[in-house]
Amino acid sequence: MEVQFEHNQSAHCENGAVSNLLKFHNLGISEPMVFGIGSGLFFSYLPFVKLNGLPVTSYRILPGWIFKRVSSRLGISIHSTTFRSETKAMEELDRTLEKGLPVGLLTSVFYLPYLPKALRFHFNAHNIVVFGKRNGKYLVSDPILEETCEIDYDDLVRARFAKGTMPPKGKMYYPTVVPTSFDFKPAIVKGIKQTAGDMLNVPIPLFGVKGIRFLAKSLKKWPDKLDERRAILYLGQVIRMQEEIGTGGGGFRFIFGAFLQEASNHLQQPWLQEVAQEVTETGDRWRDFAFEAGRICKGRASSAVSYKTLSDILLECADREKAIFTKLKKITL
Amino acid sequence: MEKDQVPQDHGVLEGVRKVIYATDKNGTYTKVKTAGWEPENVALDQAWEVINEKVEAARQKVLAGKASPLLFHLEKNMITKGMLAELSGISWFKIIWHLRPSAFAKLNQKTLEKYARALNISVAQLKKTE
Repeated sequence: MEVQFEHNQSAHCENGAVSNLLKFHNLGISEPMVFGIGSGLFFSYLPFVKLNGLPVTSYRILPGWIFKRVSSRLGISIHSTTFRSETKAMEELDRTLEKGLPVGLLTSVFYLPYLPKALRFHFNAHNIVVFGKRNGKYLVSDPILEETCEIDYDDLVRARFAKGTMPPKGKMYYPTVVPTSFDFKPAIVKGIKQTAGDMLNVPIPLFGVKGIRFLAKSLKKWPDKLDERRAILYLGQVIRMQEEIGTGGGGFRFIFGAFLQEASNHLQQPWLQEVAQEVTETGDRWRDFAFEAGRICKGRASSAVSYKTLSDILLECADREKAIFTKLKKITL
Repeated sequence: MEKDQVPQDHGVLEGVRKVIYATDKNGTYTKVKTAGWEPENVALDQAWEVINEKVEAARQKVLAGKASPLLFHLEKNMITKGMLAELSGISWFKIIWHLRPSAFAKLNQKTLEKYARALNISVAQLKKTE
């Protein structure tokens, strides 16, 4: 069986899967809109939480939250289940496909053989959409890829039941009730307000704009505190979180800018275009940061000076974003 | 970032092109395809370097008779003993025991098959460090 499913490549897997699934249910919503309404933008720096021995930096809210927020803000009902039994999980997938519904699945990147080898780490929150079965293979719309592809039964089972941090436990989901008429406006305002609040008001200095400052200050000390190799690995981890698959460039800043432009059109509020422009400029500074950091990693810059430079770029980003979100906080309908 | 400035640095993505967002000449955002970017390639390469070193160290330990091939496969698959325990259904304590070459050598076929299935390899491959 096979469902007529339109595959659109996206920057980020969660936005993309949601956007593609909703398009199937006749709700045209772009990736940036999903990201913005779901208040996806965030920043956290958690030096005491280690991933592969390196401190965690994140440019977004927790996996799954974007989808949760989008569906509640637009009044969409989602059917979502996890499984203990692998067989039952696959049977349920087949049954839903037979009903003619594409299904969102939570998988581990490590077990998806169609991805480039270099990207296959143990990351358990990758969203894909399965939209059919042909000759015993499942048809996959992986939001980050240009084209749809296929996956074997066994591989899919492994990907759905990977172990480790945040195991997907065979999670599958699909929209059940999608309203026919929509008012995006209140959802957009809510989305922007929450993002601004998240970036400015969390009283712990690890998150939002304060988190960026904290990273800037800590990063300056890395060459003194750590040996050269570890300092470089720490930097590399930040680059990866900011630029590797999924962020659309500049740690989601460019997607957020795209969202503000769409929001400006929906709300008929031209000032959002100007803010979008500022977000773009800040995104460019984030890219500068990644570029310089990459040079240090490659050993092309003298380290003592450059960590200071990196730190200054980050502080500048923090200042710019403080100004941006203070403006955005005041948004009304 | 403007559309024509989107980098196309081939590297880790092996020909796969991903999407990023960039602005056209009016400042409006569109999706643009990219083959990769140098800083990402550098960062990802160095992350793999660390993993490959660990795998190589494990291989040397196995060859020196200081650990069983199980250690090599743990590093190769980037998994912890806890994850292997969940995947194979063999307890964590037993896995620690089986990391000793002498204990691993005495394993029965059934246990070997459990490990092999969990790691998605054959029993013959399980006994090797390749």
